[in-house]
Amino acid sequence: MENPKSLRAVITVVGVDRVGIIARITAKLAELGINILDISQTIMGDLFTMSMIVDLAGAQKPFVEVRDDLTALGQEMGMAIHAQREDVFRYMHRI
Amino acid sequence: MNYTPQEITETIRMVQMEHLDIRTVTMGISLLDCAAAETDALCGRIYDKIMARAGRLVPVCETIEKELGIPIVHKRIAVTPIALLAGGIPAQGFIAVARTLDRAAAAAGVNFIGGFSALVHKGFTRGDTDLMAALPEALAGTERLCASVNLATSKAGINMDAVAMMGRIIRQTAELTADKGSVGCARLVVFCNVPEDNPFMAGAFHGIGEPETVINVGVSGPGVVLNAVRKSPEADFRELAEIIKKTAFKITRMGELVGRMASERLGTRFGIVDLSLAPTPAVGDSIAAILEEMGIERCGAPGTTAALALLNDAVKKGGAMASSSVGGLSGAFIPVSEDAQMIAAVEAGAMSLEKLEAMTCVCSVGIDMVAVPGDTPAETLSALIADEMAIGMINKKTTAVRIIPVIGKKAGQRVEFGGLLGSAPVMAISRLDSSRFVKRGGQIPSPIASLTN
Repeated sequence: MENPKSLRAVITVVGVDRVGIIARITAKLAELGINILDISQTIMGDLFTMSMIVDLAGAQKPFVEVRDDLTALGQEMGMAIHAQREDVFRYMHRI
Repeated sequence: MNYTPQEITETIRMVQMEHLDIRTVTMGISLLDCAAAETDALCGRIYDKIMARAGRLVPVCETIEKELGIPIVHKRIAVTPIALLAGGIPAQGFIAVARTLDRAAAAAGVNFIGGFSALVHKGFTRGDTDLMAALPEALAGTERLCASVNLATSKAGINMDAVAMMGRIIRQTAELTADKGSVGCARLVVFCNVPEDNPFMAGAFHGIGEPETVINVGVSGPGVVLNAVRKSPEADFRELAEIIKKTAFKITRMGELVGRMASERLGTRFGIVDLSLAPTPAVGDSIAAILEEMGIERCGAPGTTAALALLNDAVKKGGAMASSSVGGLSGAFIPVSEDAQMIAAVEAGAMSLEKLEAMTCVCSVGIDMVAVPGDTPAETLSALIADEMAIGMINKKTTAVRIIPVIGKKAGQRVEFGGLLGSAPVMAISRLDSSRFVKRGGQIPSPIASLTN
């Protein structure tokens, strides 16, 4: 089992597709000092969905505050943005 | 990508749509070193120790909730059975101890504290007798205090003197809290083979074999299992068991993760994950709904016990591999008042007390959060407890009774407990007389199967 202190998180974004979604979110992540490790994005109908794995090792703020910032950005943009520690997915889906 | 979009979506759906949560993170704290012969000294030591150990429990758990995006519904404290450390104080001091525990729970920000308890399966110490006598007043005068008494074990048999006493104590507690739906009884549970590391209330306490402090976690997730079963309407039982096992694995992993994080941050040993499926009154978060989804028209109909047996076993098999240490009650719960579909089954006349008793043979715990008419005699309550204790003793499993004779209510009416405890339909209980049986007293001997050495 890996160390549960991992500083990675999974960010998911869901909402109606339009221009500039990734630009705004990645700009915010850059401002917070968060490095993007992987992005997967698709359009289902007119729904934009994106999952990102990010590294918070160089983040300016503790994870809980980063999460609050992203939730607020989501509300501003009219999208649902969730940030959860990667451990949740590793524990649930990997043995 | 390390995870497929389906995996990410599945996890998020479980939390947001299917009520996946961590039901409780319970800190166990040993109070054995607080023992004193003087009431004020004992209460002072108890309060200080609880606050020193559990003062950070709630904020730590709240941070973990946010980081993981998974709710931790309850944060709770379990302490050493008070009868073990308060035998030296005067009998009236037990009420002061109960109030102290309640005050500590409020100050620590937890909604329940367990451990106002006695273990009397083979007989009574002075502390046991005084604690039991104090139960009705202690429960009536507190809001967060939970009490339990172990009346029987597979090794020792059933202490029928204690069973008779508990029938009367439950009635007195009901009468003292009559103005609130006799809710005091909802915080009082009697056991056979009580586990010493159970994180769930009302029966949690910190057993004598436990370390100084420990973090135990109870998981939940009937809604997740329900959805998995619903997606496979044609599956045969072998396939169904596989589906439930896989789902239980995923649910339990979240408990394991939370337990490891919480214990590390609190500088405490990680004890166990309790592999229980615990329902809530929320729609879809119901054990009865899972049984009905398997193909039973209403919970309580023929087939219910077999469906529950399959569910209970599959949850344990899936959960056991997900955790480094499993303990507590570990099985499906069937508390009537906390399961919307179970309440519906009772109100439709599909579920009786006798069927519930049968179901307790194949799942964890027992007659749990069942309201019965307020005029039920103490001896009938005791006889029902004796039946449930016998099931536990012979089958070497934990059984429990948390029954509420609701003063002023009759079968078919409904009682509102408010808050966490929901509401319950008042169930009919046999009017036949068992008092001559209960009055015999003494010990029902342990079964021959207990001689295992």
